[in-house]
Amino acid sequence: MDPIKNTSPVFVAGLGIISAIGNNVSECCDSLENYRAGIQDINYLETFYKDQLPVAEVKLSNEELAGITGLDKNITRIALLSMMAAKEALHDSGIDNIESLRTGFISANTVGGMDKTEQFFVDFLADNNSGRLRDVINHECGSATEIVANALGIHSYVSTISTACSSSANAIFFAARLIKHGILDVAIAGGTDALTKFTLNGFNSLMILDKTYCKPFDENRQGLNLGEGAGYLVLVSERVAASLKKEMYCELSGYANRNDAYHQTASSPDGNGPFLAMKAALQLAGLHPSDIDYINLHGTGTQNNDFAEATAIQRLFEAPYPSMSSTKSFTGHTLGASGGVEAVLSTLSINRGMIYPNLRLQNPMSEFPFSAEKSLSIKKDIKNVLSNSFGFGGNCTSLIFSKIIR
Amino acid sequence: MKIFIRSTASISAQETFGAVPFLVNPVNKTGDYFKAIEPSYTNILDPKLNRRMSRIIRMGVAAAISCLREAGIEKPGAIITGTAYGCLEDTGIFLSRIIEQEEQALSPTAFIQSTHNTIGAQVALMLGCNEYNNTFVHKGFSFETALLDSMMLLQEGDAKNVLVGAADEVTNFSHTILKRFSLYKKDGLDDDPDFQSQSAGTAAGEGAAFFLLSVEPSANDYAQLNGLLTFYKPGSAAAIIKNIGDFILSQSINISDIDLVITGRNSDRKHDCIYDELEQKLFNNTMLIDYKYLCGEYPTAVSFAMWLAAKILKAGQLPPDVGLNNIKKIKTILIYNSYLDNYHSLILMSAVNNPD
Repeated sequence: MDPIKNTSPVFVAGLGIISAIGNNVSECCDSLENYRAGIQDINYLETFYKDQLPVAEVKLSNEELAGITGLDKNITRIALLSMMAAKEALHDSGIDNIESLRTGFISANTVGGMDKTEQFFVDFLADNNSGRLRDVINHECGSATEIVANALGIHSYVSTISTACSSSANAIFFAARLIKHGILDVAIAGGTDALTKFTLNGFNSLMILDKTYCKPFDENRQGLNLGEGAGYLVLVSERVAASLKKEMYCELSGYANRNDAYHQTASSPDGNGPFLAMKAALQLAGLHPSDIDYINLHGTGTQNNDFAEATAIQRLFEAPYPSMSSTKSFTGHTLGASGGVEAVLSTLSINRGMIYPNLRLQNPMSEFPFSAEKSLSIKKDIKNVLSNSFGFGGNCTSLIFSKIIR
Repeated sequence: MKIFIRSTASISAQETFGAVPFLVNPVNKTGDYFKAIEPSYTNILDPKLNRRMSRIIRMGVAAAISCLREAGIEKPGAIITGTAYGCLEDTGIFLSRIIEQEEQALSPTAFIQSTHNTIGAQVALMLGCNEYNNTFVHKGFSFETALLDSMMLLQEGDAKNVLVGAADEVTNFSHTILKRFSLYKKDGLDDDPDFQSQSAGTAAGEGAAFFLLSVEPSANDYAQLNGLLTFYKPGSAAAIIKNIGDFILSQSINISDIDLVITGRNSDRKHDCIYDELEQKLFNNTMLIDYKYLCGEYPTAVSFAMWLAAKILKAGQLPPDVGLNNIKKIKTILIYNSYLDNYHSLILMSAVNNPD
């Protein structure tokens, strides 16, 4: 059998991000370096909970996003956010001949164009012949992917994944495999999600939203803050990497997807899914737990997730434990975008030698012999970063990014 | 490497689930919505689960579990699902309640079950299966991409077998909305009872179909899965014909080796032109049958075609009431599907005793 997964490395050539802490890579880095969270009172989303639940909104209206991207202001917010980050990533990669390469756009999201559908539904429920069809035409998860692929000039391959909060980590890893199998040369991969009444009310009905700013991995954590954004990596084959006049950021050296198979929404107390995902990703990368310098935690700030994730880390790693933090304390939980957003931040961690602080951490969880980082540290040699994304339905995915050793 | 289809299960607008004869006296469909015939789930789902699940989850989970049982496999090496629309019923319920209850006192149940990965997750949960689990949601490519992912996993050697399938449902809300996009025939199939592209629009369908793919052969395999190709917005009939020709070449066969082509005709005059052209230019000497008159049109309908092809290859012949009477044993089937003119796919399958 072809040992496909081990023979051909996949490199990260470009990065693009938009989140509550910045509209591009450099703004996000600046916020991270200056401990500046993007969580605030709700500004754009129209909801009953406007003054009650803090969220991490992108600080641009749809009109402003449309102005910058050149897309129609009436399309879905996920398409607008996706375009911002995907365009930045493609530009950053320095690839100017996507037409002559087999280029794919592999994106992810959780609720598609729900922001527009929920507006449509108000009129539609009152009268089934009412509601503007242009507000539901992009409801499907695949729509935003196609809008952005089209705007970027990508016509040969598109795909969309939806596995709740691990969606875009799975998109990145599926894209890498398409390259390893020789189906694509280049893939822009990641995900996007926008705040909607649907998700805000969904998470609120589950009673896992913190009414104050979230405190991941803290003993007194009370839930998560929802966020929005998009994050994409440009992944390239070794051949394309060699043809580019720039240094690759890193290699995507490991990845794995495992299922917790415990409960539709809750994580198992022994963190089995997260444990298996991290372990399999390490195995694929050919690394030992002690090789990991930094874990970008899933770290939502809920009692359940953080306990399960920490348990899994305790089972797999031993002292001295790697540095770890949840950047959701800055960006909020961007759901289907989080794997993409955090893959960008993990890559930057290696590239800029940064280990990010876990904001608002006061009392580390008492059950564990390790703690998330309270302050920013600059380390020259961050070789391997593990990024975790776990979702409803037990979908657990871990990615490992590694410095390219010459 | 060879990939075998060890088992399959389908819930569709026809009697296809469980121990039923293979499409004997298929139901003649009318109207603009071919509703799935749901079986009794008593042997598959416990009554509590059955009550809690929406139709798409029930159909998907039942097809998945039934497929595994037939294969005699307790836990597959991966569970991969395709769904274009996801769990529409629960989505509609939660959306309505947000509006009706003005965002207050909402129960989370519909929200929890509305996520696109619910079917794959429920199957993993029921089996206690910790392995790879993924859900593809790209419109008319949802099932095909799940299939591609399965084939790649098997090639990578990470899994010896994969449970792969698709599910989509029609709800009152979705049908009312999609009708307003003029996708369906105005007077239902009364416009075109023979499904011969006499008028504009098609009829909506729904269903779930699952397959157990394995790299290890078994005594009861249905067929071999030889190849898959998708192409997005090919632009012209010439490009489609070229893609099909190239695909056949890449599989090291000739058109004359294909005993049967299953096409995605959906009776929409505009959509079906490409099949007319293929019939004249590429497959003028090949037997063709359609399948959407049986199951309706939906983004993952090609999963029904794959079920049909698997059953035909195992039997070696067409069911008596489907297509033409044929004498020749059917050993190689090509499925060509197009959905809304943008999403094109080819699936090549062959009988298991086929010499290579």
